[in-house]
This record gives sequence, C-alpha cells and structure tokens, in this order.
Amino acid sequence: MAAPLRRVVVVGASLAGTRAAEALRAEGFDGDLVVIGAEPHRPYDRPPLSKAFLGGAVTEDEIRLTDPAAASAGIEWRPGTQVTGVDLAARALKLASGQPVAFDGLVIASGAAAWVPSGLDTGLAGVHVLRTLDDARALRADLSAAPGRVVVIGAGFIGCELASTVRAAGLAVTVVEPGERPLQRVVGPLVGDRVQRMLADHGVHWKLGVTATRLRGERRVTGVELSDGTTVPADVVVVAVGVRPATQWLAGSGVDVRDGVRCDDTLRALDAAGRPVPGVVAAGDVARWPHPVFGGDVRVEHWTNAAMGAAVAARTLLDPEAAAPHDTLPSFWSDQCGVRIQGVGLPARGTEVEIAEGSLEDLKFLARYYHAGRQVAAVAMNMTKQLVREGRRIVDGRIAVELAGLPNRTTTK
Amino acid sequence: MIRVDVDLDLCASHGQCEFAAPEVFTLDDNADLAFVAEPGDDQAAAVRAAVRVCPTRAIRVVE
Repeated sequence: MAAPLRRVVVVGASLAGTRAAEALRAEGFDGDLVVIGAEPHRPYDRPPLSKAFLGGAVTEDEIRLTDPAAASAGIEWRPGTQVTGVDLAARALKLASGQPVAFDGLVIASGAAAWVPSGLDTGLAGVHVLRTLDDARALRADLSAAPGRVVVIGAGFIGCELASTVRAAGLAVTVVEPGERPLQRVVGPLVGDRVQRMLADHGVHWKLGVTATRLRGERRVTGVELSDGTTVPADVVVVAVGVRPATQWLAGSGVDVRDGVRCDDTLRALDAAGRPVPGVVAAGDVARWPHPVFGGDVRVEHWTNAAMGAAVAARTLLDPEAAAPHDTLPSFWSDQCGVRIQGVGLPARGTEVEIAEGSLEDLKFLARYYHAGRQVAAVAMNMTKQLVREGRRIVDGRIAVELAGLPNRTTTK
Repeated sequence: MIRVDVDLDLCASHGQCEFAAPEVFTLDDNADLAFVAEPGDDQAAAVRAAVRVCPTRAIRVVE
C-alpha cells in the first residue's frame, strides 16, 4: 500500500479538472491541492459558448463552473499558467515560467485544443475557432462588428450549433463539410440527413462533399476556396473541424499519449508498455480508456464524460486498490433550431438504425442503433423522456450477453 | 438522511438525473421534472451521481 498522498496537482481547470479537485476534497483528501489552468479565466462551462453565450442570452457570470464559496475549499487555483513538461521520476511539472511544481499525485485533465488544418492557418482577420471563452468573445465581437456572410468549416456539433445560432441572429451562413452530411460520425446518415434538412429549413446553406482548401483575403478574410474550384464569399469564417488532445506537455514523459492519454478502466494513466504510472490519473476529453460496456478503447469528448470521469479518477488516485471502472455511458446533447438532440451510447458503432418512436419528419423521434443485433446507442430529437430509458436498455443488453457466456471483450471497431 | 433540492428555474430538462437516479427523478411527458425530496439512504450514491451529471447544476443535496 502506497503512502497517502500529500500534494495533488491537477493540470487543466475546465470541467474535468474542476470536478476532479472537488471530488478529491469530497472524498476526504486534505493535503495540498493545486489546479493549474492554461486559460486566464476562472473555470467556466463550455457548452453555452456555441449556443446561449454566443447568442447573447447568457453572460460570463452565468457560465462559471465553481461557486465563490467552493473556491475557498482549500484549492489553490493557478489560471493563466502553461505547463510545458513533466518529470515523473522527480515528481515535478515544468512551467513556461521555468518554475517547477512538485506533486506526488497528478490528475491529467488538460482537455483538447481546437485543430486548424494547415492551409487554413493564415492569421487573417475574421477567421476564428471556437473552443475557449476568449474564442467566443472574439467571435461574438466580430459578428457584431462585421455582420455579413459567415462560413463555418466543419459540420460536427460545434459547426451545426454555430450555424443555428448565427442564423437565429439573422446572418447568412454557409457550412462546408467534406462528408455527405452533418454529424455523420456522431449520429450516422439517417439522423444526419434530418439535421441537414432542419438547418436548411432555417436558411443554412450547405456545401457538402467538398473541402475548404484555402482562405482568400489580404488582411481580412474575403472568401473560402473549395476543392470543387468554387469560392464562397465570407466576412467571418469559423474553423470547426475538431480538436486534438492537449498532450504536448506529456511528450517524452513515459505516459502513452497516442490519441490522448491511454488509461486502464479505472483511469490510471499507462506507460507505453501498458503498465500503470503510479500516482497519475486522467479524465475528460484527454483520456482514452477501455469502456467496460463496449469493449475497446474510447475517447469521449462529451460534457457528461468529463463530469463523471473526474470523480472516478479522483477516487482511483486516492485509493487505487479500491478503484472502480469508469463505466458511465457516453451521452451528449445539442440544441439547434429550438430542437434538443440527445444521444446515449456509441452511435458510430451502429450498423443498423431503426426509428423506435415518433417520426423524423416531426423532429420528434427516438432512434435505436444496433451492431450485430445488440443495441449500442440511441439518439432522440425532442424525446428526452424516452431517451433516458435507453441507457438502461443498452447496459441490460450487455449484461444479458455476458450472462449468456458470450465473449465480453469484443472490439467492434 | 439526505434531502434533495432542485432549482427548477435552472433545470433545462436534460434528463441526466433520471438516468442516474430513476427512483428519485422523473421527467413527465411534458419534460417537467418531479423528484423525491427525501429519498432513502440507499439512493445517496445515485443522487450524488445525478448532481454531478446535471448540465445546469440545478440539483443540491443537503445531508
């Protein structure tokens, strides 16, 4: 049994980092607790950035993640601090300032950063990403100062939510997406096609099956060149093609960082040989782990995964021998055009989809996703009550398979 | 014993609490939330999970 931890440092001060720190205190950890955040702000909630915050319906104060009361719970917050490396043998972080920060327990919650493909990384004014509060402030200011034609590159959740918010503000918006439809990877073709039509009905223009190859403009962007040879005029461009796990600071540390921090099912970080790194756990967008319900490693960029995984990681760090697996089902929500889209499970693993209740046309339905006859996910529009029960079906289906003595570690993808 | 308090002005009917603690939280057909204010101690862990997973942080527990 390892000695009790005396000093835990959390790298990352967004949802996973904040929740991990709070969970450590809730679980009785009374040593030094430091939370280091790269951004200069107090912790805030990201989901509203592309929706209510961008649209002006909520303020910065309303998206804070911590109560002022909780801020005094013996947690040392260090915002605006860049971690550049870690020496696991010496148990110390390196900061951009050169100052070392000692720890005996480490929570990796550094999240992910917006990714901009080379060619779109131009430095032109009017070109944005949307990941941080500063990104959202800049985009909001630009949309007010230069209300004109908006081009969104990428039709994932952020791209679709942005398109919906921008249309609600009365601006012209075109979405460029190399796939055949929006949200293809997260909800599949049937629901993705319905999202495309819903947004089109609200006036969103689509450029599907083409790639944005180059941005035009001298100092400020004027247009987006596409792989089909056409150019879409633009006053504001948002690059929303996805994120990459923020693991540069872990390079060379011994932690396995191929597609995020590789973890065991209790969120202990692993080295390249698959052995747990003592006293190091990970949670949130940055963590990849073998999901007990689905088998195979998953890395989940959803809010609920950060909220729940942080608590698992905190318990694992304090008592690895009593650690429980992180078995929360992936789940997400997205609000677009006044419609709530929700999902549970891994729709991307589904090979068959059925509409179990309601209808696509009415934008009120429950869709079930199956792989090899077993339900792996459900997605709903405006059917929260029905969707809530689907998580239980997915877990029960899995248990039934295990009780029947079938292989319980199949990797489907 | 635990006491559950929900700020219904904050609640946005995501339904995450019902999945975490179905014995305590229920959305009705209009997606309005009903909840058991004083659930048994056997529900404490499920309620704490519901607190964590509420996207609008509308749920509080008094122990």
